[in-house]
Amino acid sequence: MTHLLEVRGLHARYGATQVLKGLDLDVAEGQVTALLGANGAGKTTTLRALCRFMVQASGSVTLAGERIDGRSTEQIAQLGVGHVPDGRGTFMGLSTEENLQLGAYARRTRSGVADDMERIYGYFPRLRERATQQAGTLSGGEQQMLAIGRALMGRPRLLLLDEPSFGLAPLIVKDIFSIMKRINREEKVSILLVEQNAKLALDLADTAYLLETGRVVLSGPSADMRRNDAVRRAYLGE
Amino acid sequence: MRPPAHRAWPWVVLLVLLVAALTWVLQGYQLFQGTMVLCYAIALLGLNILTGYNGQISLGHGAFFALGAYAAAIAMEHGGLPYWASVPVAGLACLVVGYLFGRPALKLEGLYLALATFALAVAMPQLLKYKHLEAWTGGVGGIVLMKPDAPFGLPLSPDQWLFLYALVVTVVMFLIGHNLLSSGSGRAMRAIRDHAMAAEAMGVDSPHYKSMTFGISAAFTGVGGALSAIAVQFVSPDSFTMFLSISLLVGVVVGGLGTVWGAFFGALFIMFVPSFAESLSKAAPWAVYGVVLIAIMFAMPGGVVGLLRTTADRWKRRADQ
Amino acid sequence: MNEFLHQLLAGLATGGIYASVALALVMIYQATHHINFAQGEMAMFSTFIAWTLIQAGFPYWGAFAITVVLSFVVAAAIEFAVIRPMHNAPVLSVVVVFIGLLVIFHSLAGFLFGYTIKPFPSPFPADAWYGGSLMSAHEVGAIVVALGMVSLLFMFLRLTPLGLAMRAAAQNAASSRLVGINVGRMLMLGWGLAGAIGAVAGMMVAPVVFLDPNMMTGVLLYAFAGALIGGIDNPIGAVLGGFIVGVLENLLGTYVVGTELKLSVALVLIIAVLIVKPSGLLGKTIVTRV
Repeated sequence: MTHLLEVRGLHARYGATQVLKGLDLDVAEGQVTALLGANGAGKTTTLRALCRFMVQASGSVTLAGERIDGRSTEQIAQLGVGHVPDGRGTFMGLSTEENLQLGAYARRTRSGVADDMERIYGYFPRLRERATQQAGTLSGGEQQMLAIGRALMGRPRLLLLDEPSFGLAPLIVKDIFSIMKRINREEKVSILLVEQNAKLALDLADTAYLLETGRVVLSGPSADMRRNDAVRRAYLGE
Repeated sequence: MRPPAHRAWPWVVLLVLLVAALTWVLQGYQLFQGTMVLCYAIALLGLNILTGYNGQISLGHGAFFALGAYAAAIAMEHGGLPYWASVPVAGLACLVVGYLFGRPALKLEGLYLALATFALAVAMPQLLKYKHLEAWTGGVGGIVLMKPDAPFGLPLSPDQWLFLYALVVTVVMFLIGHNLLSSGSGRAMRAIRDHAMAAEAMGVDSPHYKSMTFGISAAFTGVGGALSAIAVQFVSPDSFTMFLSISLLVGVVVGGLGTVWGAFFGALFIMFVPSFAESLSKAAPWAVYGVVLIAIMFAMPGGVVGLLRTTADRWKRRADQ
Repeated sequence: MNEFLHQLLAGLATGGIYASVALALVMIYQATHHINFAQGEMAMFSTFIAWTLIQAGFPYWGAFAITVVLSFVVAAAIEFAVIRPMHNAPVLSVVVVFIGLLVIFHSLAGFLFGYTIKPFPSPFPADAWYGGSLMSAHEVGAIVVALGMVSLLFMFLRLTPLGLAMRAAAQNAASSRLVGINVGRMLMLGWGLAGAIGAVAGMMVAPVVFLDPNMMTGVLLYAFAGALIGGIDNPIGAVLGGFIVGVLENLLGTYVVGTELKLSVALVLIIAVLIVKPSGLLGKTIVTRV
């Protein structure tokens, strides 16, 4: 089976510090794939390396059969990769609405932007209430919803989600994760999820990879991962 | 920012002695240029304290240079003070004015402060020409001063004595500056520059420090101005246009922001590069100057001292390997 | 009373020029968070280009159009070749680069075109219907042009996706790339627009004050003050500020302090306003949650 995303031999460094040391991973079409690991394992770096964003990366990255590893961040975004960065990356000085409109910037088809916004408001009703408000005044949870919505406005084939639970209250996180399940099913968008909260991630994902110091040490269907002793002890606290 | 480590003191003393020795090496006009370099160095140290260490922009320090020069001139001409007393008086006057200006101006950040200080620079020549102050300032004609003779009958020409005197003042000012910057107050200033909100949360009284820094910075530049008045033997409104303020800013950046030694490199730049540019092109000297400026910023965005430090670090790293 | 009205309107006319240059400043500021201190000199240089074309026989509007396009291209090129390489440098180092550009344009203009004052034609005929006893046809025309430019720019920035992308790239380059915006191109676009606006401003002021390399030096300061008083992040504010400064300068100069001190007094008043409203009259204070 050809995967939507195929990554072979991904290396990445910040300046002189080598963080990723040869990563292989696949994301199947229509599925949720999780990247687990402790702080510093290289999870965020992986997502950045895929987009050639803020890191120097090498290795092959194939999206739906097309090699994208030679392209710039903007070009990769235009090819249908929606990246929700860690820290949300909100445009603080613009309104909620404008943030969403920016998500649609790279789309080839300009029609349907208004309909898409309606659908996003359907997933995240709180954003509709704050549509004309300055995005910098939104709470953490709302900014996270906005960031996901913005990425979705680009009608991406692949959604990269970086630590969506970070800094948010448990109830909000639950909310967001259940919405992401809906999005995965209804929008038919494949998701590559980076999460420190292994339990939440494994509940949502179909497949999971475990990273340690820049390398994949374990991978498989999430049901298997959940039963794995090492994973249970180290990451699920069981 | 790294104030010179204590191990460096012997080298500094040696340097000072070498410069002092120049008194007998340089001739008349060169001594004057040397004195002016020292004046600019003190002025740049002042600007650096504000901009480099406290992070506040000033496009108007030429005004304090002018203020110091005129304060010294007025003290000597109308107050009858000897030259060596007029310099500290000028410094004090600038300290007060700087603090008073800083107090309301500190509400403005970045660009807005730049405009406010630039307004000061533009206003200064006009104020100095103002009819109602003519009795003190000498109006458009300015005030003429006499160069002092060497004291105690020392066998030095006035130029030589002035150079040595300027050197002494420079050393004193740099010592004061160094002590200030490595003290708790210095750390507070840098804390405000780096993260004003966090600094306040830690109990640093930001408004007071910012105004005080402004005052001290003005005082230093004023001392430079006072010395320059004595060296030039003349103060007039048109010697202190906004170009001076711009030159001072350029000097502090080219020398190296947030460094003490940058003041000297900046002073050398201000003194000699314009005439160097003219020697390269009689027709469009300022175009050459502009190209030099841009080239320097490309090559060393951290100024001369920044470049020296990166080179030194690179050598050290290579030696370690 | 009539005299006062006349001075007021004359102030609006000069205010229109300040407003246009202020607009250019805000354009670049919005795109790059830098103030282009060389804006005035670039505008002056553009006006000289127009003058050269007219001397060579081009009709006014032909020369106008060519100059505007050329100014757009040159400004965009400067962003790419001179400013972009400095994007990681400290702010004040970039300020020094701007000062370098200012000095180069000024000196080159003097070298290429000479320092003698030259007359520059106005496209608004002196006996046009809209001219009158209170304001000359050119003054009216200049104001209309300034207002026209700001309306177009406002609509572009607020209502089009490209304008939104420009604002986004200025605020947050990293996130902009993630949504597919080519930040470099946005920067060049911002600079190009500023260059074009500056050229128009120069061609509007030259008929009044005559063309020479020193034409724009004073204008830049007033435009800068106007942009700040209106709110540096707001094109409408910049234009409003430019008009306010123009009127202020003229009224102060005529009634209060005379020409020697009017600059200082105007600046003092502006600073007083800023102390009361630090982000300018129309500026948005951006709230950041810590």
